Amino acid sequence: MAIQTLDTPRTRPDPARALRDGAGRFLSRWGLVIGFVVLWQVASTLGWVSPAVFPPLDRIAVALWDGIASGALLDDIAISLQRAGTAFVAAVVLGIPLGLLMGQLPAIERALDPLLQLFRQTSALALYPVFILLLGLGETSKVFVIFWATLFPILLATIGGVKEVDRKLIEMARSYGATHLQVFRRVILPASVPAIFVGLRLSATTALLLLIAAEMIGANKGVGFQVMNAQYNFQIPLMFAAIFLLAFLGLAANAVLVALQRRLCRWSVTDR
Amino acid sequence: MTATALRGEVALRHISKTFTLNGQPLPVLRNLSLDIRGGESLAIVGPSGCGKTTLLRLLAGLERADGGQVLIDGRPVQGVGTERAVIYQEPRLLPWLTVLENVAFGLEVRGVPRSLARDRARRYIRLVGLSDFEGAWPRQLSGGMAQRVGIARALTVQPEILLLDEPLGALDAMTKLTMQEELERIWREENVTMILVTHDLEEAIFLADRVLVLSRDPGTVPRLIEVDMPRPRDRSEAGFVEMRRLLMAEFGLH
Ligand SMILES: Nc1ncnc2c1ncn2[C@@H]1O[C@H](COP(=O)(O)OP(=O)(O)OP(=O)(O)O)[C@@H](O)[C@H]1O
Ligand SMILES: [Mg+2]
Repeated sequence: MAIQTLDTPRTRPDPARALRDGAGRFLSRWGLVIGFVVLWQVASTLGWVSPAVFPPLDRIAVALWDGIASGALLDDIAISLQRAGTAFVAAVVLGIPLGLLMGQLPAIERALDPLLQLFRQTSALALYPVFILLLGLGETSKVFVIFWATLFPILLATIGGVKEVDRKLIEMARSYGATHLQVFRRVILPASVPAIFVGLRLSATTALLLLIAAEMIGANKGVGFQVMNAQYNFQIPLMFAAIFLLAFLGLAANAVLVALQRRLCRWSVTDR
Repeated sequence: MTATALRGEVALRHISKTFTLNGQPLPVLRNLSLDIRGGESLAIVGPSGCGKTTLLRLLAGLERADGGQVLIDGRPVQGVGTERAVIYQEPRLLPWLTVLENVAFGLEVRGVPRSLARDRARRYIRLVGLSDFEGAWPRQLSGGMAQRVGIARALTVQPEILLLDEPLGALDAMTKLTMQEELERIWREENVTMILVTHDLEEAIFLADRVLVLSRDPGTVPRLIEVDMPRPRDRSEAGFVEMRRLLMAEFGLH
């Protein structure tokens, strides 16, 4: 009897149960965020925290909407994206090829590694004054400091990816008569892609971080400037609007990279 | 086998190989000479570390001998060559290629047009019984299936000589027996010279025309044992059991 019960397949799906499961998954993923938002709103409206410092979320939303509708914040977003984007693209264009090369030439990698480690450990922010001295307080030094900070995660991740490639796969390809170029294109490059993406995602986060810092010094446009400026003028809702905008930009950049990685690495995506 | 001169003839002439391990010379092969007929099936057995893989890698052209020569169809081996294909203990599939792409890989790097390469690959995928998995990624295969993909990849380049380094070592007992029968059938159908390193004496007797027994001491002359039994062989037959006893005795086992 017991066996029969176990063997009976559940033919009818239980909608109530599916709903409960779905709700559970949703809550476990977003519950804390929702709780945080609600707490903020309640605490601010009821005056548990000073509404001057933590304005209610609806006022922040209004400030955000006004900024976007008037086009003022859009300009800031555009200039910020341009700065971070230029620097990021430059870091990708230089970092990935250089990393692919260095990963395959142990002699060069050994020679350059101490220097790389030193640069990596030196905070790009500490070097910002140096870049300003060299390049002036304009766009160039801003883009350069972001570029500098984003280059190293990409470069080091790419080198690491290439060095980690399974030697046995390379040998396999070679035993079928693959040329050096074919080994690179068909083995080393695809094998390094997941590691490169780890570097790209780290770099994207770093780019936004450095963007804000760079825009807080000697800028008169940009989302980072808006955060400082709004605080200075005591437009606290606008300040939070700019902060949320930055967080959103970071999330969006990460989502784009994750989607791209999914596309390029379908072979490694776990079935979920 | 036909009487016409088969290609895939291998000759080892006074092969020596010494590695350096922690600054000490480690002789592995010493003055080894052997002729392997085209289309022959030779098994290589011996204790762990005696140089079986090293010998196979020399044949594959992945390693160079310190002394002596390897001749294939009379020509000295310079490096890897298109008339040889290696099947390793692990499948060594490229995770970013589907089964079909993996099997076609060998031909594609040799410049065979893609559609032609894939047509030929399909034929060998069918031969190893994986037609339903052409579009699968390697991570979706079981160990035995992955190994069969590796075998299909080697067969697709239609080598004269198939070099196998414990190809079934990682498989479970049941799959192993099935795969041994497949290898035997493939060997017969493809007229290929098969050089098979194995730890499994029954596998050697089941598949080989001759068994080369290496010993750990490279100074000892390797022994060559003829397996003169009709095919396909029956593991429970008296001759088979006797052969097994004989080989075990080579290792001082009973
Ligand atoms: N690249 C290398 N450098 C130094 N020593 C090596 C190298 N490759 C193999 N050896 C040594 O050569 C000897 C033979 O190795 P080999 O891999 O040929 O053994 P094997 O017979 O295949 O053993 P197993 O049955 O365990 O696979 C071992 O003692 C090993 O340490
Ligand atoms: Mg071995």
